[in-house]
Amino acid sequence: MWNQIEGAPREELERLQLKRLQDTVQRVYHLVPFYKNKFDELGIRPDDVRSLDDLQRLPFTTKQDLRDHYPFGLFTVPLDQVVRIHSSSGTTGKPTVVGYTRHDMKVWTEVMARTMSMVGVGPQDVVHNAYGYGLFTGGLGFHYGAEKVGAAVVPSSGGFTKRQLLLMKDFGATILCSTPSFALHMAEVAKDEGYDLERDFKIRAGFFGAEPASEGLRQALRDEWGLIYIEAYGLSEIIGPGVAAGCPYGHLHVFEDHFIPEVIDTDTGQVLPDGSEGELVFTTVTKQALPIIRYRTKDITVLRREPCKCGRTLTIMESVKGRADDMLIVNGVNVFPSQVEHVLTKVEGVTPNYVIVLDKKGVLDKLEVWVEVDDRTFADGIGALEQLKTKLQQEMLNDLYINVRIKLVEPKTLERSMGKAKRIIDKREAEGLQK
Amino acid sequence: MIKKYGIKQLSIFLENRKGRLLEVTKAIRDASINIRALALAESAEFGILRLVVNNPEKAKSVLSSAGFTLREQDVFAVEVPDEPGSFYNVVKVLSEADINIDYTYAFVGGGSKAVLIFKVPSQMLEAALDALEKAGVRLVEPMFFYD
Repeated sequence: MWNQIEGAPREELERLQLKRLQDTVQRVYHLVPFYKNKFDELGIRPDDVRSLDDLQRLPFTTKQDLRDHYPFGLFTVPLDQVVRIHSSSGTTGKPTVVGYTRHDMKVWTEVMARTMSMVGVGPQDVVHNAYGYGLFTGGLGFHYGAEKVGAAVVPSSGGFTKRQLLLMKDFGATILCSTPSFALHMAEVAKDEGYDLERDFKIRAGFFGAEPASEGLRQALRDEWGLIYIEAYGLSEIIGPGVAAGCPYGHLHVFEDHFIPEVIDTDTGQVLPDGSEGELVFTTVTKQALPIIRYRTKDITVLRREPCKCGRTLTIMESVKGRADDMLIVNGVNVFPSQVEHVLTKVEGVTPNYVIVLDKKGVLDKLEVWVEVDDRTFADGIGALEQLKTKLQQEMLNDLYINVRIKLVEPKTLERSMGKAKRIIDKREAEGLQK
Repeated sequence: MIKKYGIKQLSIFLENRKGRLLEVTKAIRDASINIRALALAESAEFGILRLVVNNPEKAKSVLSSAGFTLREQDVFAVEVPDEPGSFYNVVKVLSEADINIDYTYAFVGGGSKAVLIFKVPSQMLEAALDALEKAGVRLVEPMFFYD
């Protein structure tokens, strides 16, 4: 454990949270007109926050709010106190911009050091960091955390898979940081290039995040690389990676002395009790440049406040099942892409790479999944391949309760992600039939 | 027997989309590989192109690095008189020996001969070759196809 607060008694933690929440509320009310207006509309004064339960009376913040105040409208400090700016790619609108003071950088480094400490990363380790460096928070976030614990960091960033493999082997990397889909891609390329993953690489643990990964994909990475799978959860609006991290017992712990989590009903906005599935909401309580009150992440998860075998008392969140955004409604049935991926990992003969294509046939939604036929198990027979299709269709029906059309495609034709994988083509939206 | 009469056949998985057959045949031509026999099986969405070529090792590496999915397998070939009943005679021998035929294709050789290529389940290959040899069917050695 990097910091004793991770295992502190709940009362101590909650006292700290309340104090910090009260400070943050004062700060945003007096320094950010956007929050003052929202509080005033709801008739709430900063002094009204007397317990942690009062958090649920506060207004939400959305991604749209960040965009509306592009670029620095929600900052509480002048730019001369800002030492770092990150930004989203803005592919779906204006980019969202986040800033950090020197103190914010200390907090970020601290939570990333805690993340790294989940498997005792230290001076003895070589950390191969394949998260993209740049405006995306992934690369630099992991970089600072790994440096903080004294490891040697290889800032390889994304892309150039073959060169990355060479460096990982020659530098004796022990820790891999990347998106799960890129790690799987690296394993495939390594095998094509004639590497023996077990003999040529020393990777003992991997920190995987930035996109949801099914249990099947996780297991594939454990099997291929022989590593301990550690989940890293975060989002730039809150701080970047380091909001929560997986412990060796497989529980994702929220660093809630800095980021207070809640789960709400997406439609009504009501806070849900522990153990209920809903949309994850975070309030930052130590951020200076860009404190955020009740940020709606659109990530779907479940929170549990119970002690963990690892000794941490921090709230446990389940792995994100999907994003409220990603959830597809197919003829009235909710479908998450991660469920499709899970089916693929269960069936021999295909890779876990897929693209979901949604279309309309008359009034009905039609869901097609393109899957790659595995290079190593390609059966030379039309009958065998048709059987594979039928099997996949049956498994999808069992798990997802919908009829899916499977299309077999040649291996390595589907796009591999360096950052986040593009897995859904929704033609219904393009035709204005949805939303 | 397999060592003596096994012929390397390449099966290539092809998505059913425009130009894909052109791409694979171009890759083969560009590598100066000669196709000695071929068959194409197709479903609505994909096809499998099966090839016997003059240099299977080279073809395999060229196609593999061009990104095609392929599988190499042993098939066998027999030479029969180009006349009614020849195909029947061979199938009859295999049938009586309880050998399943996965698929077969043929071409007319020079003169009055025809060559039949058979794919049987790999665990039955040895038995198939034995049965045919005992029945006096003329098996074709791989050298007939390779350089």
